[in-house]
Amino acid sequence: MGRNKSTCLCIIIMLCFLGVNMISPQQTEAFSNQVIQHGATGDDVIELQARLQYLGFYNGKIDGVFGWGTYWALRNFQYEFGLEIDGLAGEETKQKLVKASKYDEAFVKEQIAKGKKFTHYGGVDKEKQSAPAKTKQAGQGETADDGPTVTAVNVPQGFSQNDIQLMANAVYGEARGEPYVGQVAVAAVILNRVESPSFPNTVAGVIFEPGAFTAVADGQIWLTPNETARQAVLDAINGWDPTGNALYYFNPETATSPWIWSRPQIKKIGKHIFCK
Amino acid sequence: MLRWILIGLLTLGIAGTAFWGYQEHQEKNAILIQAENTYQRAFHELVYYIDLIHDEIGTALAMNSDQRLSPQMVEIWRLTSEANANVGQLPLGLLPFNKTEEFLSNIGDFTYRTAVRNLNDEPLTEEESDILQSLYEQSAEIEQELRKVQHLALENNLRWMDVQLALANNDENVDNTIIDGLKTVEKTVEGYTESNVHSALIGTSAKQHAFENISGKEIGENEALRISRNLLNLKDEKQITLTETGDGADVPLYSASYHQKGKEGYVDILKQGGHPISLLIQRKIGERKISLNEGSRKASEFLKELGFENMEMFQSSEFDNIGAYTFLYNDDGIKVYSDAVEVKVALDNGEILGLTAESYYKNHRDRDIPEPEMSNEEAKKMVNPNVEIHEEGIAIIENDLGEEVLVYDFLGTYNNDTYRIFVNAMSGLEEKVEKLGGTELNYAVN
Repeated sequence: MGRNKSTCLCIIIMLCFLGVNMISPQQTEAFSNQVIQHGATGDDVIELQARLQYLGFYNGKIDGVFGWGTYWALRNFQYEFGLEIDGLAGEETKQKLVKASKYDEAFVKEQIAKGKKFTHYGGVDKEKQSAPAKTKQAGQGETADDGPTVTAVNVPQGFSQNDIQLMANAVYGEARGEPYVGQVAVAAVILNRVESPSFPNTVAGVIFEPGAFTAVADGQIWLTPNETARQAVLDAINGWDPTGNALYYFNPETATSPWIWSRPQIKKIGKHIFCK
Repeated sequence: MLRWILIGLLTLGIAGTAFWGYQEHQEKNAILIQAENTYQRAFHELVYYIDLIHDEIGTALAMNSDQRLSPQMVEIWRLTSEANANVGQLPLGLLPFNKTEEFLSNIGDFTYRTAVRNLNDEPLTEEESDILQSLYEQSAEIEQELRKVQHLALENNLRWMDVQLALANNDENVDNTIIDGLKTVEKTVEGYTESNVHSALIGTSAKQHAFENISGKEIGENEALRISRNLLNLKDEKQITLTETGDGADVPLYSASYHQKGKEGYVDILKQGGHPISLLIQRKIGERKISLNEGSRKASEFLKELGFENMEMFQSSEFDNIGAYTFLYNDDGIKVYSDAVEVKVALDNGEILGLTAESYYKNHRDRDIPEPEMSNEEAKKMVNPNVEIHEEGIAIIENDLGEEVLVYDFLGTYNNDTYRIFVNAMSGLEEKVEKLGGTELNYAVN
C-alpha cells in the first residue's frame, strides 16, 4: 500500500509542479504568518490539512485541529520535499506547501459549514469528494457565515468532552459562588479522589458516590454550568491543584459533621476549607 | 340550594386532594424503595465479594503450581475491584469507610503485581507468602464483621435510607446497627494498615520523598508579598491577601490572592526558597492575536525568568484561545517525565495565565543516571513490529510501581493511531504503552 501511495504521490507532485506557475496568480489567500505547531486549532490548520490532503499526505478528516495525524503528514511532506523535519509549519514549509498544492477555501469552508463529509484530494472531481449532508443537520439554522469552522476540539489526554462537562456540572453545582481558584480546587479534589485508593476510580463514580457532594444530593448538579466552571475543570485536568492534594473540603459555616473537623487542614480558599 | 352545591364542591375538592396526596405518597414510596433496593444490592454484593476474596486467597495459599497462581491472583484482583465499586455505591459519604476501601485496593495492587509477573522465573518470595497469609487472616475478620452486620440488617429489616438519614442528621443518639457495625469494620481495618505499613504490601512510591530537594532559605511574609506582586503584575501589595497553609499540607506554602473587577489571581509560593509552585490568573480572553507557537516562546521565557533551567517543551495545545504547554526537564538529553511544569498563556496578548510546578518540585533532584545496558536497536526489537517508529529518545519515567526507570522513548504509529512506547533500557521490559489521543469531534458543532 505504501508503494502505491508514493508512486501516486510522485505523479501528483509532478503534475502540481507543472501547474504551479499557472495556478499561483489565482491564489489570493494563503496562510497567516504564524508558525503552526501540534495542538493548534483554527483556519490555518484547516488550510494546512487541506493542502496536505491535496498532495495525498493527509488522509484524516479536515477538522481544524492539529493532531497526530496532521503531525505525521506534515513530517512526511517535509521529508519528501527535503525540508528540515521538525513537524512545525514554519515559513519555508508553508511556502513549499503553497507552491505544491491548491487550496479551494470556498469549497472547504462550505463543506464544513454544511456539516458534510468531504475530502480535498488533488486531481479528483469536487462533486465526488463531498458526501451528502447528514439529515439531522438540515433542520438546524443555516448560519454559514459565522458558524464555527473548526469541527473538532483538543481534549486533555484521557478525558472526553463529556467527562469535562460532567465535572463542570459538579463544580458549578458545588462552587459557583466561589472565586475561580476555589472552583479549580473543587475540580482538583474530584480528580484527587479518582487517584486515591480510598475512593472510586472514575470521575462519575466519585461524583455520584452517595452523600459525597451536596450538589449531587439536592440536584443542583443539573444546573447548566457556565464557561468559568468549564475552564476551571480544564485547568484542574491540566495539572493545577490549588488544594495541595486535598481529598475533602467543607464549608465551616454549614458543616454538620464533627468528623470533618478532625481531618488535617491544608488551606482555606474562598468559603471552603480543604483537608486531607 | 347554593349551600348544597358549595358543600358538594368542597367535598369533591377534599376527595380530589386526598386522592392526589395518596398518589404522591405512593410515588414517593416507590422511589424510596427503588433507592433502598440499590443500596441493599450494593451492600449484599459487597459482603458476597468479601466472602469470595477470603476464599480465593485461601485457595491461592494452598496452590503450589505457579501456572495456576497467576490466574488466581487475577481473579482476586478482579474481585477487589468489584467490591470497591460496591463500597462506592453505599451512602457512606459522611461515614469514614475509607480504610476499608484502601485495604481492598491494597489487596488489589498486591495481587495485580504478582499476577503480571512471570511466576515461573520469579516465584513468590517468603515475604510475599507471609503477606498472603496475613491478608487471608485479615479478610477473614472483615468477612465476619460484615456478615454480622448483614445478619442483623436482615433480621431486623434495617433500611439504608435510615442510615443515610441518621448520617445526614448526625444524630449521635440513634442506635443504628449498620453504622455501628461498619464503624467496627473500619476500626479493624485501620489496625491492619498500621501493621502493613512496613511490609511490601504497600508499594514504594516516589511520592514518599516528595519535596525533599528544594533549594533556598525560608522566606518571610514580606518576601512572599513581593514575589507574588511581581508574578501577578500588580502595582500595589495592598490588593493582595496572603494566607498560610495548615497542618495538613505536604509542604508549607504562602498563598496570595487578589480580586479585581473581571480579573482574579492566585499564587502559591513555597516557604522554603520562595519558589512559585502554582499561579492562576482568570479573566476573559479576547480574540486570538498570537499563535500557539509564539505563546510557547513566551512560556519558555517565563520559565527562564523564574530560574528553571534545561526545560524543553514537550507538548502544546490550544483550548479556547489559551495555549497550554507542558515542559519537561532535560538532563543531558534525557527527558525526565516526572519533572514536569505546565504553563498557560493567553493567546490574545501573550500574558502568562498559569503555572504549575508541583511535580517538578516534588521530584526534581540531581540524579545519578546509569548508562543503558541495552542499545537503542535492541530495545526497538522489543516493540511490536507492526508499530512504525518515527521518533526516538531516552527518558526517565515512573513505572507502575512508582519507581523511576531509565527507558527508551519511542513515538510510533500503528494504522492511524499514534503511540508512545517506553522500553526499559536495562531489562528491555515494555514499561508503558500509551495511545495518544488529544482531539475529539466537537459534538456541540457536529
